[in-house]
Amino acid sequence: MSILIDKKTRVVVQGITGGEGTFHTQRMIEYGTNVVAGVTPGKGGTTHLGVPVFNTVADAVGQTGANAAAIFVPPFAAADAIMEAAAAGVAVVVCITEGIPTFDMIKAKAYLQTRPVSLIGPNTPGIISPGKCKIGIMPGHIHTPGSIGIISRSGTLTYEAVQQVSKVGFGQSTAVGIGGDPIVGLKYIDLLKLFKKDRDTEAVILIGEIGGTAEEEAAAYIKKEFNKPVVSFIAGQTAPPGRRMGHAGAIIAGGKGTAKEKMQALEEAGVLVAKSPADIGRRVKEALQKR
Amino acid sequence: MKIHEYQAKQILSQHGVAIPRGEVAETPGKAREIAAKIGPPVVLKAQIHAGGRGKGGGIKVAQSVDEARALAGKMIGMTLVTHQTGPQGRLVKRLLVEEALGVARELYLGIVIDRERECPVIMASTEGGVEIEKVAAEHPELIFKEWINPAAGFAGFQARNLAFKLGLAGETFKQAVKLLACLYRAFRATDASLAEINPLVVTSSGNVLALDAKMNFDDNAVPRHPDIQALRDLDEEEPLEVEASKYNLNYIKLDGNIGCMVNGAGLAMATTDIIKYSGGDPANFLDVGGGVTEEAVTNAFKILVSDKSVKAALVNIFGGIVRCDMIASGIVKAAKELGTKIPIVVRLEGTNVELGKKILKDSGLAFTPAASMKDAAKKVVSLAR
Repeated sequence: MSILIDKKTRVVVQGITGGEGTFHTQRMIEYGTNVVAGVTPGKGGTTHLGVPVFNTVADAVGQTGANAAAIFVPPFAAADAIMEAAAAGVAVVVCITEGIPTFDMIKAKAYLQTRPVSLIGPNTPGIISPGKCKIGIMPGHIHTPGSIGIISRSGTLTYEAVQQVSKVGFGQSTAVGIGGDPIVGLKYIDLLKLFKKDRDTEAVILIGEIGGTAEEEAAAYIKKEFNKPVVSFIAGQTAPPGRRMGHAGAIIAGGKGTAKEKMQALEEAGVLVAKSPADIGRRVKEALQKR
Repeated sequence: MKIHEYQAKQILSQHGVAIPRGEVAETPGKAREIAAKIGPPVVLKAQIHAGGRGKGGGIKVAQSVDEARALAGKMIGMTLVTHQTGPQGRLVKRLLVEEALGVARELYLGIVIDRERECPVIMASTEGGVEIEKVAAEHPELIFKEWINPAAGFAGFQARNLAFKLGLAGETFKQAVKLLACLYRAFRATDASLAEINPLVVTSSGNVLALDAKMNFDDNAVPRHPDIQALRDLDEEEPLEVEASKYNLNYIKLDGNIGCMVNGAGLAMATTDIIKYSGGDPANFLDVGGGVTEEAVTNAFKILVSDKSVKAALVNIFGGIVRCDMIASGIVKAAKELGTKIPIVVRLEGTNVELGKKILKDSGLAFTPAASMKDAAKKVVSLAR
């Protein structure tokens, strides 16, 4: 099993004819993802990479039964693309786009509130259930099917964790990048709830970073309700306050959002916290042996 | 993106927020002229992108036009050190010369984005003129909040709630309610990430004005506000950070001597962390972007080694889809062009990793290959010693 996406997932790619859209759609198809449609307004009726292109997401869903969307449109159009996918009834929307203005995301999330949709991102590498389906830009070949769930705010640091997990002999059930922006779709707790129910997930890696209080909220949830082992690493332990560390969301503001507070909250919730990013794999092994 | 106080006040004023009369002076003569126009006493305020100016000697009161000129002569060109500037301080190039007001009360207003509730939050406090973080820690009950519904906007009753909680009445109350609405309008219209008035003052005659103002903007939204973009003051930024931003690289200067170049913000933070844990000190945070290009690597490398404090460098690229041979070529090209002598530890991961390592080896340059992050950190720390 896995969460959110699997062999039955049918993907529509918004912005399929663009540079990024083309490059990564090709790689998703190579990985075995079932890409059933693309959307580029004005290019409806054409075919791109062997995939039928539609003018609207509603058309794509109506004609192909797509139930997940991958968004590769430019930042100022991306919040609109998220709302379009939700309005068309797509169940899982993965927004890869980086650089969406915060107010656009506030509006999009308010729009999503009344709809049964799971948004992943924006500013995320995407989501992958190894061997089944990949929606995003992560390198498929480093992943192996297995029993570790991964939730992360970062891209390449997640790849690092994936590789370490593989090296110590485990694979991944599903790896999700929740995105590095201040306002994102699914958060740690939403995904922990899904991993809790997933019988094939034995342990979860939670990779956080400075900024906001999402990790502290996750810690409170883990303490109260989560019954599987959790390993965590928080990036930005040495970051100076007041500076945005690459991600729009990664900033220590007003003395809040430090790595120290987050690590402490997680440790108090019984999470195995890796101080060094090189120890993530080792800690996972430890966590599973402990059980 | 940050701007100066006088620029923030101009934006707020355009949206209807009351501000003291004042103008900007870049010379002592101009300061005297403005003081004469307003009529003394006047306040001279150094314009730098940092708080804590008063304690550092960056805010002075002049009782006469001549004193205004004399003080301006001392302040313009001074290096102002505050708790936010770091020990090197900032050069003062201009002053805001303003009317001195008779202050009866100092209040606080601020707007930020509440990430958990996913909407803006307006905060008001009776404890103005001091650091709001301190108030939040010691007297959270003195900070009043109203969250803004994205569809409804900032409602009139919310402004009244805040103004009443601030203990205002009569004409002063009315002015404060209007000012609150105008402040939010300015925040929303400019895609701000922070708008702060500290202090908001009630004058002895009962008027409400923004005595100080601070605005930061959402970097992702700045491109759609050319008028805001034009307010960027490159003199206030670290030169290497300005250079990096030209190539869309994310570079932040730190205090150590180990240069870092990494792809992806999370991995870049983790890399500076592991250097620290291995006993070293990173000279910078440098994220070349998750999907790194050869050109980005070349530019990043140039910026990295142009920092004189760098004694050794660590390149940590988890390419994934990105080809390692391309990254390696970019590094070799930049290193040859610059004729750099500092030792460089390279950790590559991703497609064509073997080919990438071969390119580095065959280049004839002194690269130290590393097998993992831990190995890389250990090696670079010993090389920097």
